[in-house]
Amino acid sequence: MNKLFESELKVINIGLKSFKETLDEQKVSSAQVDWKPPLISDTLMLDVIRKNSDKIETANKEAVKRILNSKPFLVGMEKAIDVIPGMEKNLLLHAGPPVTWDKMCGPMKGAVIGALIYEGFAKTYDEAEKVAASGEIEFSPCHEHATVGPMAGIVSPSMPVFILENEEFGNKAFCTMNEGLGKVLRYGAYDESVIERLRWMENVLYPSLKKAIEKIGKIDLKNIIAQALHMGDEVHNRNRAATSLLYRTLAPEIVNQNEKENAISVLNFINSNDHFFLNLSMGVSKVSLDAARNIENSSIVVVMARNGTEFGIQLSGTGDKWFTGVSPIPEALYFTGYTKDDANPDIGDSSITETNGLGGFAIAASPAIVQFVGGSANDAVNYTLKMYEITAAENNIYKIPYLNFRGTPTGIDVIKVIEKNILPFIDTGVAHKNAGIGQIGAGVLEAPADPFKNAFIGFANQLKNN
Amino acid sequence: MMVTGILKRGEYFDSVSLMLIAKKISELEIGLDSAAVMGTPENKSMLQTSGLLTDELQNAGDMDLMIAYKCNSQNESDLISKKINEFLKKSDNTNKSSGSLNPSSLESAIKILPDANLAMISVAGKYAGDEAMKALQNGLNVMLFSDNVSIEKEIELKKFAKEKGLFVMGPDCGTAIINGVPLAFANVVNRGNIGLVAASGTGLQEVSCLISNSGCGISQAIGTGGRDVKKEIGGIMFLEGIKALAEDKNTEVILLVSKPPADEVIIKIIELVNKIEKPVVGVFLNASIDLLKQSKINIAKTLEEGALLAVTLSRGENIEKVYNDLESQYSKLQTLAEKESAKLNKTQKYVRALFSGGTFCDETQMFFQNMSEEVFSNTPVGKVKKLKDVWKSEKHTIIDLGDDEFTVGKPHPMIDYSTRNKRILAEANDLETAVILLDIVLGYGSNMNPLTDIIPVIKEVKKLTSQQKRYIPIICSVTGTEEDPQNRTTVAAALKAEGVLIMESNAAASKLAKFIIEKKR
Repeated sequence: MNKLFESELKVINIGLKSFKETLDEQKVSSAQVDWKPPLISDTLMLDVIRKNSDKIETANKEAVKRILNSKPFLVGMEKAIDVIPGMEKNLLLHAGPPVTWDKMCGPMKGAVIGALIYEGFAKTYDEAEKVAASGEIEFSPCHEHATVGPMAGIVSPSMPVFILENEEFGNKAFCTMNEGLGKVLRYGAYDESVIERLRWMENVLYPSLKKAIEKIGKIDLKNIIAQALHMGDEVHNRNRAATSLLYRTLAPEIVNQNEKENAISVLNFINSNDHFFLNLSMGVSKVSLDAARNIENSSIVVVMARNGTEFGIQLSGTGDKWFTGVSPIPEALYFTGYTKDDANPDIGDSSITETNGLGGFAIAASPAIVQFVGGSANDAVNYTLKMYEITAAENNIYKIPYLNFRGTPTGIDVIKVIEKNILPFIDTGVAHKNAGIGQIGAGVLEAPADPFKNAFIGFANQLKNN
Repeated sequence: MMVTGILKRGEYFDSVSLMLIAKKISELEIGLDSAAVMGTPENKSMLQTSGLLTDELQNAGDMDLMIAYKCNSQNESDLISKKINEFLKKSDNTNKSSGSLNPSSLESAIKILPDANLAMISVAGKYAGDEAMKALQNGLNVMLFSDNVSIEKEIELKKFAKEKGLFVMGPDCGTAIINGVPLAFANVVNRGNIGLVAASGTGLQEVSCLISNSGCGISQAIGTGGRDVKKEIGGIMFLEGIKALAEDKNTEVILLVSKPPADEVIIKIIELVNKIEKPVVGVFLNASIDLLKQSKINIAKTLEEGALLAVTLSRGENIEKVYNDLESQYSKLQTLAEKESAKLNKTQKYVRALFSGGTFCDETQMFFQNMSEEVFSNTPVGKVKKLKDVWKSEKHTIIDLGDDEFTVGKPHPMIDYSTRNKRILAEANDLETAVILLDIVLGYGSNMNPLTDIIPVIKEVKKLTSQQKRYIPIICSVTGTEEDPQNRTTVAAALKAEGVLIMESNAAASKLAKFIIEKKR
């Protein structure tokens, strides 16, 4: 028998706000739902999802458990050619979903040119352009090689990379060292200063860090991120605390293992680059999410990545398939002299942090950068709160002080994205659309709907055919 | 003495929370020594020194929580362990937010309001059914305000709800009063012992206000949506509503309000009511009475009669009183009609009834079934004919301005008077108009400033007609109570001051209009 008449009336109002106001006036406890129509309302497709909801839920629980239980450690450094699976002498890895040379955006082309000059395939821009277009050079997404790269994300065979290991599941991930700000390869700059810095990184920075890490053994990066979130980082657009914590960990052995002069230059380099940790927070995210790949029937997103032309995602349950859409131009604060007209569409693998419950998803932890999201700390809090709507779990380690240490929203579920019409919120840097200029701003964006719609359709079709 | 170690893998707590937990353990005053720390090597060596590092805790990692304590017996240990789990639960802030963002889904709203028991849904019909199903699956009753929900969906929802012992009020349910709370378009009425089940929104408002204004009150008013009593749905919720009221200890009289239900539904209603001890009154507007005669339902012809019967029964009085009261009302209305019709001139022949409440349009048509002149409506019932052009009155015309053709892209006429105001002026300009019949519905959801919106047009009609040495009586019923935000007395008095003939009910207003026309002949 219905218990309604014997209980205190408590109402959830979905729709007209005036009904909720009336309830407030009468002091009836109620909650208002900010409802939006779903991104896809194809009944047949929704039915397929609904019929399989138990299977999906079980699969998603497993996927999320794997993400949360991952134990990422920094375990060493090597040259890309020696450790990255599938790396070849004539292969360049890039950010985002697959893209051919002719479709690459300006900054990615610039970064390719720079990498070809750095690798000795060419001496000038013109030469490099010919080589790139010749077919001798192959291109492949970082993500297909257990690797992630910020912005253009170019990884060439000689570049030194950090090696991250997921102790819980045994998988590895790789990422380059962050070059700092200004004219840098990842933003498509390729002039002499860029190449020179890359060489210094290879010849001085890499051996020094490698020795230091070897001595330390392994560094618990998850722990550093958990602490950094308590210190105002969201480890995508702000990495100041995480970089500082890493610096503290590394500094003694950098000094112990190296000539004084090298140690000084290495420590100064890290100290002067607040984003030094970014590549590692991306690596942590990659190595954690890779552990959740290929779980049948799971609708959890394991990759969000952009190549500057397209925005692509991959789901745990749909294998290596990419689902893509046009990459949007971010809303950003621009450096003096630049406007949105100069901006390149969103680019980089760094949205792997959001996929792992960090970055934009954890922005409530990072009041220092709220100028990117509308200026008030409350805006930042609301962005994070909204992301709980589309995620399958709350993080067990990454916690947000302001939200009473609530775990960050983790494990994007494409079904929730479609049903609630809420798209992931991403912190991002903005590259100039032309090669060679570099970063012109930083800001935020809402992921485009198409990749998620395509993924939902792909996922539903796969369920139907099983 | 024994040492107990609890290892919580992968549960990270900040140090302040941990200190609080440790403090709570010591406050228990059972344990002899205790610690709650994360499993770092430093912390482990600290526990080692205090003799608290058990074998299990040896394996703890940086991200694992270690709790250890000494006590004297297994019983004590179990008690402490239980308390610790309670403390941990309190420190776990999962799902508690400090932000100001509304949830974006039913599921998230439930996290904020875990014991919610009703979902009010007013999103576009295409999506409303799915939201309603989600609510039912989560154990919530549903009030489905949205229309344009498919009949298949309505059947699916109601069957599912019945199985789970939940209500689905609607689709297209504009009003309900649950546990004394008026929902959506509803009036603030007294609480009392009369329970309503209504497949008609305006009908529910009218009877609940009449009951309240007579000093009695409403226990529950369950709306079902108009389609519930049709053959396809089979009255699922109408019947469930009756059952619920039959069992409700605060309900002593049951009042049913509906347009004519399908015959098979009437039969089910009769079967059910015959098993109920409580007195039942039924208003089935325009229904053929034959079937109903065999039941124990007290049949009322009008909403007003239904309300009066329910009131009389709830007071334990003889229902003869109702018929006597209606008789004396009848003669008063006749006298008034005589006076009014004397003021009309030759050309004035027809009633023009302009309703914002759909049920009133049906009820008034019932009074005008057997006129010598033709009667038209946009929603004809019985012998009434369909208007060729809904925007133009013909002879006697009775209109529901809440019907789709008038409301496309506009708020409902109970909220937005503009369409009706224009129509009032058009009727006033028609030399054949003998009576203008109106309704005003107060309460939550309706127009909050009805006088501001209607008085100007009343004044204009008066000015226009007096310039032409004409007079058109304007009759209006005001559905509402003293407790409504607009206040019925204030509204009625202001209209009266403008010469409007205010009636207690739409039935009385309709009778008066009809009498004026009849006296004229």
